[in-house]
Amino acid sequence: MLVNAMDSSIAQTNVIKLNELPVGSSARVVSVTGTGRVTQRLMEMGIIPGIGVKVVKAAPFGDPIEVRLRGYSLAMRRNEAEAIEVTC
Amino acid sequence: MDGSHRQLTIALAGNPNAGKTTLFNSLTGLKQKIANYPGVTVERKEGPWQLNGKAANLIDLPGLYSLEATSLDEQIARQVIVGEQAGIAKPDVIVAVVDSTNLERNLYLVTQLFEFGIPVVIALTMMDVFEKQKHQIDVEMLSTLLKTPVVPVTAKTARGRDELAGKVLAAVGTKPEIPYEYEEAAPNSGPHGKIFARYNFISRVVQESVWHDDHEKHRVSERIDRVLTHKFFGLAILVGVLLLVFQAIFSWAQLPMQLLESVFGALQDLSRTALPPGILSDLISDGMIAGVGGVVVFLPQILLLFLFISILEDSGYMARAAFLMDKLMSRVGLHGKAFLPLMSSFACAIPGIMATRTIESRRDRFATILIAPLMSCSARLPVYTLMIATFFAGRTLFGFISMGAVLMLAMYALGIMMAVIAAFVLKRTVLKAPPPPFVMELPPYRVPNIRTVLQNMLTRAWLFLKRAGTVILAISIILWALTYFPRYQAPTDAATISSELTQGSTAVTQPVAPTPESEQIKHSFAGQLGHAIEPVIRPLGFDWKIGVALIASFAAREVLVSTLSIIYNVGKDEDAQSETLVSAVRDAKKDDGITPAWTPLTALTLMVFFVLAMQCMSTLAVVRRETNSWRWPMFMFGYMTALAYVGALITYQGGKALGFE
Repeated sequence: MLVNAMDSSIAQTNVIKLNELPVGSSARVVSVTGTGRVTQRLMEMGIIPGIGVKVVKAAPFGDPIEVRLRGYSLAMRRNEAEAIEVTC
Repeated sequence: MDGSHRQLTIALAGNPNAGKTTLFNSLTGLKQKIANYPGVTVERKEGPWQLNGKAANLIDLPGLYSLEATSLDEQIARQVIVGEQAGIAKPDVIVAVVDSTNLERNLYLVTQLFEFGIPVVIALTMMDVFEKQKHQIDVEMLSTLLKTPVVPVTAKTARGRDELAGKVLAAVGTKPEIPYEYEEAAPNSGPHGKIFARYNFISRVVQESVWHDDHEKHRVSERIDRVLTHKFFGLAILVGVLLLVFQAIFSWAQLPMQLLESVFGALQDLSRTALPPGILSDLISDGMIAGVGGVVVFLPQILLLFLFISILEDSGYMARAAFLMDKLMSRVGLHGKAFLPLMSSFACAIPGIMATRTIESRRDRFATILIAPLMSCSARLPVYTLMIATFFAGRTLFGFISMGAVLMLAMYALGIMMAVIAAFVLKRTVLKAPPPPFVMELPPYRVPNIRTVLQNMLTRAWLFLKRAGTVILAISIILWALTYFPRYQAPTDAATISSELTQGSTAVTQPVAPTPESEQIKHSFAGQLGHAIEPVIRPLGFDWKIGVALIASFAAREVLVSTLSIIYNVGKDEDAQSETLVSAVRDAKKDDGITPAWTPLTALTLMVFFVLAMQCMSTLAVVRRETNSWRWPMFMFGYMTALAYVGALITYQGGKALGFE
């Protein structure tokens, strides 16, 4: 599967981390960094390069955040969202 | 096909929240067996499934998002599927439960299931929800693309059950085809190339078999969430919901609890009259029936608590509660999902501890279990009530806040504070582990399935009764024996009686003459134990009689009240609010006959002790079951007893030093 063929069409200029994405905005996933359990978990739940994500809201104390992807909602801590690089 | 009389083994796999449990329940009825896999704390659920006349053993695998075997659940599921799990035959067919409203992510697990060489049949759930959203799934197309049978099922009606049985039977013995191929992963696709490959395949499949990817249901959930997870209102509503649940549990449980009490009381009377008086009769009525009854009486509360937990879980609200509270909980080293189990422990730690199953990390779960009993449970209330009524009634703080209310609040706060500290310490030492992923799905809200909720409630309550019941029965008998032996022979000679009267602390100020029961307790093993531990508890301000009551209350907290009643000759049935017990406690004297046995400070010390001590056999029995070893209940008992002792010591000595006496 030539996964990376999709990446080349995404402008690499505006890459930020998902925890920096303002509430209410959408973006496309560029890459999921790291090699630990968190990274694997995020990917298995469907967060892979090319898909769209939207930060829906943050919990009352600022953490965790609710992210919408593939038609469902996922909650994650900001330090977990840091592993996901997106572009908007 | 060989062995047409051999029982089939069918495994049920799927994501959490996909409707797997509901399907399992509807296929097996209430005949399921729940235990733990040997040596681990993963739950093992099996039940009989009649497939159009053929018997099969249906195994409900833990809810999973993936089979990569990085978590314990995943490892166990893998072992079951490849046939390496002791006691379970290799499955003949795997039924994959797929939530049609969440197709892509659910299919991820399915693509992994294909690789085990076992035929797979897909049960497509939530079809009613899906169709209401005006989507359409071309089930035929899906089945063709996946090269596997797909059967829509609805839990509420029996729709699809027969078709599912038929397709499963037809699949037995066939060899599954993997519907995709892995091209050589591109050299720089990294260690996660396989994950990408799977999702790419899934995207194509979904694109070709689903029409109108609309988000109607999501919009409703989103609107609800705008309020329920609102920065301010969300928390307020959470507090409100909790208060409501606790209030309901308290008030609704009262009547059934009283009924149970009278039933057990009647049973006791019955056994006393039916059996010839003697050891056996006493053993049965005062040891076994009283002991078991003391625990069964809590069943209404436990049932209600499980009921509410089930409803909150099924509706999707639990995930929101974890979402709201995670920040606070993680500061202490706990998972957001620990919130509801801990809150439930305010009513009773037992359902709370059983509810920790939702916490995936073993260490986080154990940390939560270990601190749950510090949340002052309802069994402590009779003790608090007695102490407050005896020494703090009518007193106010600042002139208008009742001292009693302040103290109650203080006790609850103390419990919470110690729990926070304990969690902090535990996570840094004994249960140290790298923080596991929090990543948690927020499922769309849905109306809980009544049948599932009720079945869940009944199964768990029955488990509690069975497991705790056997341990409690054993310990009740032991404790009864401790207070029953050696048999005290009341002296018939008047001189001895009067000297006993003045010698014992049952001096003239006692409202009632010593009863045979109080004398018996004093001379029993328990009484001797009380004397034996007196030097240890004297720094806490307690004398040996309080010691006896303390020992007895290690079985169950509220036993303190009844034991004190007996020791102070008030009578077996007096409860925490009876005036006679209250005045008896106030007037009780130490062995010298002059110094009061109880002061406000002593009362406070006792309350502190009760906040921190582990005094509940049922809880220990449940912890044993949930952690699969005796190590943890013993550790819990040890650390909490030490905590209680030190806390009481500080309270009493500190209070004396400050001049309160």
